[in-house]
Amino acid sequence: MKRLVILGGGTAGTMVANKLRASLPAHELHITVVDRDDAHHYQPGYLFMPFGIYNTSDIVRSRHRFLADGVDLVLTEIDRVDAAYKTVHLADGRTLGYDYLVIASGVAPRPDATPGMQGALWGNKIHEFYSLPGAQALTEAMRRFRGGRLVVHITEMPIKCPVAPMEFTFLADDWLRKHGIRERTDVTYVTPLDGAFTKPVASRELATALVDRQIALETDFAVEQIDNDTSELVSFDGRRIGFDLLVTVPLNMGADYVARSGLGDELNLVPCDQHTMVSLEHPDIYVLGDAGTLQTSKAGSVAHFAVDVFVHNFIDEFNGRPATHGFDGHANCFIESGNRKGMLLDFNYTTEPFTGNFPMPVVGPFKLLKETRLNHIGKLAFRWIYWNMLLPGRPIPMIPTAMSLAGKRVEQDVTPSGTGMPTAVAPSSPPPPPRPARPKLETKPLASARPAKPSAAPPQARPAPVAAASTRPAVDSTATDVLPTPIIPKF
Amino acid sequence: MPTTLIAGRPIDVNDEGFLTAYDQWDEKLGAELAHLIGIEMTDAHWGPIRFLRADFPGRGETATLRRASTVGGFPIKELFELFPLKPAKKMAYIAGLPKPKGCV
Ligand SMILES: Cc1cc2nc3c(=O)[nH]c(=O)nc-3n(C[C@H](O)[C@H](O)[C@H](O)COP(=O)(O)OP(=O)(O)OC[C@H]3O[C@@H](n4cnc5c(N)ncnc54)[C@H](O)[C@@H]3O)c2cc1C
Repeated sequence: MKRLVILGGGTAGTMVANKLRASLPAHELHITVVDRDDAHHYQPGYLFMPFGIYNTSDIVRSRHRFLADGVDLVLTEIDRVDAAYKTVHLADGRTLGYDYLVIASGVAPRPDATPGMQGALWGNKIHEFYSLPGAQALTEAMRRFRGGRLVVHITEMPIKCPVAPMEFTFLADDWLRKHGIRERTDVTYVTPLDGAFTKPVASRELATALVDRQIALETDFAVEQIDNDTSELVSFDGRRIGFDLLVTVPLNMGADYVARSGLGDELNLVPCDQHTMVSLEHPDIYVLGDAGTLQTSKAGSVAHFAVDVFVHNFIDEFNGRPATHGFDGHANCFIESGNRKGMLLDFNYTTEPFTGNFPMPVVGPFKLLKETRLNHIGKLAFRWIYWNMLLPGRPIPMIPTAMSLAGKRVEQDVTPSGTGMPTAVAPSSPPPPPRPARPKLETKPLASARPAKPSAAPPQARPAPVAAASTRPAVDSTATDVLPTPIIPKF
Repeated sequence: MPTTLIAGRPIDVNDEGFLTAYDQWDEKLGAELAHLIGIEMTDAHWGPIRFLRADFPGRGETATLRRASTVGGFPIKELFELFPLKPAKKMAYIAGLPKPKGCV
């Protein structure tokens, strides 16, 4: 009998456990899930709490109730993974040996990472909604708010659910209007990105939505600290933005045990293959959900699609067949836009979000990147779908694992041009190449999207200075059509 | 994707002007790219640029400011002084690497 240990019993860990339990008998694969507590949070619900739409009881369920029979749940803090000895050390002193390990411990907000965030104003004028206590405290703060400067702020990318701060802004605008204090409130959206969102078409549509609501947009803002004396956000380039209520999304980082185990990058994210979610360093470790380095949104929908791919491959390899599925980076996110409307984004590694109809051309019924009542209903339905279909591992109706272009209004001229680097590894799909059979446990992943990496240095130490890059002479382009003058980017 | 003459050499770039081939870069070209955007390279500038170059091949992604600071040891504040206003983007340009992704 083989042993699978799943670290984290949140969205991804629960789905993996349930899907594999349904496909592989317990006498062939023993499945253990480790999490620190028995409270599973429906995190998308945090967004709605400050506006009184959901309360705590809508959001929290018992973790074990969502795990299939035949899955062991161990409730304790994970202390460390010893990948060489295939052992997980738990904080209570127990150890768990494994043949396969799934890292699904997600990311969490780290307000302590920004100087001044948890200063005197924390919980008073400075709030966040990426944790349950944070969303609860913000609910109170919204009730007390009487107008002034409301600033919604993203500390640094990546964050899970990158549209959530925008949704918060739209909902706040709507809420302030309904409470008659919108006139007395300046709303500012502050982002480290160079636009309202990451991808051009979505950025354009969302920027328009901000303008329509008279919400100011402050871009390229890399926060250095929060000045608690003057109630200001301060950027590295010296800009200052004052607030009466700051709703920030703190830095999101993977779990500390990832760093202690030497498995993570500078954000404690575990580098993994873009299509197979296999750890780049350890072929018996898989990374699912927010915990890894997939270059797509960190979202429940992404976790769902990626888990689908992983489970197919895992079962095939477990049974000695080659694994043939590859993940395309598919993300499908409803954006709540206030006034009981919503928008919808659907994209993957290579196709940015476009306007159009979803999932079917013309008839939809959902509209991509347009505000409609039905999109809002889709968003609210997601909570039911999450508990009743997603976690138990059932397919979501109408939404395929791989993204489809059907119904999308593809705009060629706006495709981001800054991503090409042929020697490197901008994920290429769809459809991703099938992965050759991988003998279990012995070898490196064969079709890694990236070469094995040299460094994931522990973030603490200041390393030795980097030597001058290789002395190998640079090669010239072989192109024959050469423009006489360089193209200089706009900065 | 266009090819342009930079420092007398034909170099492949994308529509925005960022290099698309890791191998076509050397420090002489880096100095010229810096010059094009109004930066004269000093030892202080070369430190983070060399870090970005060395870090890229294994990861296939340009290091973020956070990575340059926590892994490379170059404080973000300093990077803003050396490469004013948009350090991440400017460093990537000078290092001949893709623009750091805004993330998704
Ligand atoms: C405000 C907000 C709104 C969102 N809205 C949406 C949305 O509309 N649509 C959408 O698709 N997604 C949304 N998301 C994102 C979605 O919730 C996450 O992407 C998803 O939950 C990721 O699943 P995961 O399994 O990777 O991590 P999680 O579900 O976070 O699970 C990680 C688990 O690991 C456990 N863990 C971590 N470290 C340890 C340790 N050391 N010891 C023991 N246990 C540990 C944690 O307790 C947790 O249960 C939203 C998120 C937030 C915060």
